[in-house]
Amino acid sequence: MARKSHVQTTINGETVEFLCEPRQSLLEVLRDELHLTGAKEGCNNGNCGACSVILDGRLVNSCLVLGAEIDGKSVETIEGLAEPEKLHPIQDAFLENAALQCGICTPGFIMSAKALLDNNPNPTEHEVRYWLAGNLCRCTGYDKIVRAVLDAAAAT
Amino acid sequence: MAEKKEYKVIGTRPIRHDGVDKVTGRAIYGADFQITGLLHGRVLRSPHAHARIVSIDTSRAEAYPGVKGVVTAQDLPAAEDKIADLGEGAVSLKYLCDNILASDKALYKGHAIAAVAATNPHIAEEACELIDVEYEVLPPVLEVRQAMEPDAPILHENLRTSSLGETGDKPSNVASHLQHKKGDIDKGFDEADVIIEREFVTGTVHQGYIEPHNATALYNPDGQLTVWCSTQGAFTVREQLAEILQYPISKIKVVPLEIGGGFGGKINVYIKPVAALLAKKTGKPVKVLMNRADVFEGTGPTPASYITIKMGATNEGKITAAQTSLVFEAGAYPGSPVGAGAMCVFAPYNIENVVIDGYDVVVNKPKTAPYRAPGATNAAFGTETVVDELAEKLNIDPLEIRLMNGAKEGDRRADGPVHPRIGFIETLEAAKEHPHYDSPNGKKYHGRGIASGFWFNIGLESSVTINVNPDGTVNLVEGSTDIGGTRASIAMQAAEVLGIPAESVNPTVVDTNSIGYTAVTGGSRTTYATGYAAYEAAQDVVKQMKERAAKLWDVDEDNIQFTDGEFSSINGKEEQISFRDLSARLGETGGPVIGRATMNPAGAGGAFATHVVDVEVDVETGKVEILRYTATQDAGKAIHPSYVEGQIQGGVVQGIGWALNEEYIYNDEGEMTNASFLDYRMPTCLDLPMIDAVIVEVPNPGHPYGVRGVGEVPIVPPPAAIANAIYDAVGIRMTELPMSPDRLLKAMGKI
Repeated sequence: MARKSHVQTTINGETVEFLCEPRQSLLEVLRDELHLTGAKEGCNNGNCGACSVILDGRLVNSCLVLGAEIDGKSVETIEGLAEPEKLHPIQDAFLENAALQCGICTPGFIMSAKALLDNNPNPTEHEVRYWLAGNLCRCTGYDKIVRAVLDAAAAT
Repeated sequence: MAEKKEYKVIGTRPIRHDGVDKVTGRAIYGADFQITGLLHGRVLRSPHAHARIVSIDTSRAEAYPGVKGVVTAQDLPAAEDKIADLGEGAVSLKYLCDNILASDKALYKGHAIAAVAATNPHIAEEACELIDVEYEVLPPVLEVRQAMEPDAPILHENLRTSSLGETGDKPSNVASHLQHKKGDIDKGFDEADVIIEREFVTGTVHQGYIEPHNATALYNPDGQLTVWCSTQGAFTVREQLAEILQYPISKIKVVPLEIGGGFGGKINVYIKPVAALLAKKTGKPVKVLMNRADVFEGTGPTPASYITIKMGATNEGKITAAQTSLVFEAGAYPGSPVGAGAMCVFAPYNIENVVIDGYDVVVNKPKTAPYRAPGATNAAFGTETVVDELAEKLNIDPLEIRLMNGAKEGDRRADGPVHPRIGFIETLEAAKEHPHYDSPNGKKYHGRGIASGFWFNIGLESSVTINVNPDGTVNLVEGSTDIGGTRASIAMQAAEVLGIPAESVNPTVVDTNSIGYTAVTGGSRTTYATGYAAYEAAQDVVKQMKERAAKLWDVDEDNIQFTDGEFSSINGKEEQISFRDLSARLGETGGPVIGRATMNPAGAGGAFATHVVDVEVDVETGKVEILRYTATQDAGKAIHPSYVEGQIQGGVVQGIGWALNEEYIYNDEGEMTNASFLDYRMPTCLDLPMIDAVIVEVPNPGHPYGVRGVGEVPIVPPPAAIANAIYDAVGIRMTELPMSPDRLLKAMGKI
């Protein structure tokens, strides 16, 4: 087994340190080392988006990033989105629009939607669909998800 | 019983009770579960589609640092050829066990052979590669027609065809043949002026839930086995574990965690018994997770099929006869959903003369599992395409021919049951009245298609308890997995009875030690049957609370009435107390109130849907674009309309994927070549328009609020509707699924 590396990073605004093996993905580190299990593993090869997080302002599949790569960087995950007494407007919009059924893809969709709205606060329906095409949902048919993101854009 | 009336809670759209947990990432799904001392398991799978297992040597894996235990089929109790009763029909125990860990033969690529528990998942994976398995590779058979040939490779030497009560005398891949007959088929075709007969082929598709299978098991020295997992039914997991491990039900506790989709694919167990065996062997809790390739290659897809449909109609449009042969692949072990397909194939129509033959055929693919209205989508692809062709030949509007022949209350299905009050005609009328149906449709390579579908829905057992809190809220305890918002739809039915807001009911899904038996979340049964149990449990609460009010006011119980959340005395004393205020006085009137109900309701009304779709065919690339989609469906009564719409929209989109892209692609060696989400192409949001879900409400007389199951039927019409739209666009009848660009180009003569 290769030696573990020491990594210092910022996650949801907090400084975090951890040890990880070179082969551990960011997703594995988040889930198994830091117990941030909001990011989900659906495919582990970048095709479903359930593990989406924002790395230095850029949307990534955390299964395609190595844990060691985030040294000195800043990661936003679903766990950092809500305030203590208040959900993020995208989270509210998902609830209001019934935009989830089983909910396994929901954290990934919400992080993708956040990355979209951070870049483009007033997207068209087509832009929403284009941006979210990297996230798979098998339950909803996407209709209510797209509406939720458009509603969240309108609300902010 | 059910009639149209005004409700306070039912029909509204409250925020779901588990919503905040799920949008904040806090909800604990199966793979998120953590426990002290956890080991990680990994399954070694067969690289061959068909092979005899000559030997397995686990010694190198056992010696690998970090490995704590290795198991093979040798660790399972000897499975005699006993029949296991799992509540939903008898299953051969040997087949059940062999699908968990292969004993003598590997019957598909991905078939589990052995498993390792280690201190981390990477070590477990590396150790799997150190297990030496000697295989004698056999030729695979992958297609039902080939599997039925007399000289086909045989999967099970002891399998004999069971056909209409007779058992065959030589080994066969045809596990069973069933038949339904009604009327006189020859007379029916004699009466027809037009007869259409077509062949259809559909591909193997997967349920495609985003969350892979998972299980964490702990075996305590006192013999108590606990399994934490995501599943469509904790009680069926308990039953399957008890059968496979030959272990007492009383010593098994199954704790259902949140589930990331199932669609029928998370009823059968795969790695749960493996986790239990590893936990027993190591004395530690063991978590086993599948990866995506494992899910595609090792868990139930839904079957490919070969279907012939022959239907005849008079010049006036009356369908006089219908005949079909449904040949479904079962996968490696018997048990395809051909029986359900046979029940649904002609069920939307009242046809006097019908013959339905169904064949269950084993092939070297994973054992098939239910997938949303199992069997009905395959069957409807055939029927609804032929009905469209009949309409065209007779120059009758495709909605009109369905209205002329559509099944109504009192019509008998070919498989026996008589339709109770159903809403098929109403879904057709809703489609006809929808602006979509009359909108312009004349552009080149644009086309419009319609198709309908039926699913019978089921009841089965459900249990609910309701504990009344002193602040007038209640805690509702249930055993039904919430896979898409049923905490809300069940809680709302209790809230309606109790006259309290939906938010005042706190629903919790609990483990198998904490609630009465509850069957799986499947068959579109949960809002219907567990909702019915919640209704009855709430009635029980009301009854007990009336007794408390009577005690409080020293009047006879018969003098207490309960309306709009208020208890009042109707004779003599003028007393009144709200549900909330009385809740605070339970201690002084006799102690806590717990309402309870268990049931197995028989009146799950059938579900019908009619879909209208517009497509554009790109004749250069063969790609089909969905331009507009309208789905009408009889929901009986929509408890939470948003989640009914969601079921419809989600079912439609799965049907679109099945229609246009999804299939298992195999090479000659029987290896699936597209076992990833990159190559098994499920629809993304960029592939789709909004899906207009139109809820029709024809109350189901078998439920106090008129509920019908809604989850499954929306997947049934899309492939046929899209095929009919493609025909309208380019004049070609597609009879093979998926209607992918290559198949379309071939059909158009372009390649």
